Amino acid sequence: MAFQILLNFFIAFVWMFLKSDYSAATFSVGYLMGLGMLFLMRRFFESRFYLGKVWSVVYLILLFIKELIMANIDVLKIVLKPKLDFQPGIFEYRTGLKKDWEVTLLSNLITLTPGTLVVDVLENDEEKVLYIHAIHVPDADEAIDGIKNSFERAILEVSR
Amino acid sequence: MTGIIEFIVLVFIVIGAFFTVVSAFGIIRLPDLYTRNHAASKSATLGVMSVLIGTFIYFYASGHSNTRLVLAIIFIFLTSPVGGHLINRAAYYTGVELWGKSSRDDLKGKVPVKK
Repeated sequence: MAFQILLNFFIAFVWMFLKSDYSAATFSVGYLMGLGMLFLMRRFFESRFYLGKVWSVVYLILLFIKELIMANIDVLKIVLKPKLDFQPGIFEYRTGLKKDWEVTLLSNLITLTPGTLVVDVLENDEEKVLYIHAIHVPDADEAIDGIKNSFERAILEVSR
Repeated sequence: MTGIIEFIVLVFIVIGAFFTVVSAFGIIRLPDLYTRNHAASKSATLGVMSVLIGTFIYFYASGHSNTRLVLAIIFIFLTSPVGGHLINRAAYYTGVELWGKSSRDDLKGKVPVKK
């Protein structure tokens, strides 16, 4: 991915030298043309075309902001309820993610989602296991499914 | 500055202050360290962020774009969950008990806990 971006910058610079006009506007035009060229040549790269990756990063950020707002409304309800009738607890979550940065990102996202907070990350033989403190455990299975379907998939999409 | 922008700034700042107050309430009301940490690490994050966004829009409308506020928002985004996680982990390893009504504890016996 980084290689494709670098190549795109290089094409934009070559375009500036061809026009012998060194302004931001010419650079932008060159960058757009380079984008088109890279799109046409995408079969020769090992990774996929990088705009797809940029889009999945944007999607992850939007998902994150949405979950952050939901989390706050959830905590708001629990705090302002007259009776404290929730059941906290710690449950384990087996993640399929391998790389360290992916696990870090996932635990950051989990910490800011409704009613869950990461307590510890242990490394078993193959997979990494997250121990998550949930504020209301009867929802735990639902929470696991939710994390699997939304965050883990979005992170996999970014690292693909 | 027009009325609409003033209204947006007002909404952001009021929401931010409200969430900060709620997180302070949560720290007083909730029963044990782990649940308190929920309130502290979530509501405080969004509260501080909305106040910063409101401030940014206010100064942007009057002609200054203060990029330091944007950086501050990003830094809070990145650091506050890590802080919450580390407090939780340190508490668990030093043997802070969960609340009596807690229903399950999958981590029990898997890590060395100092009493």
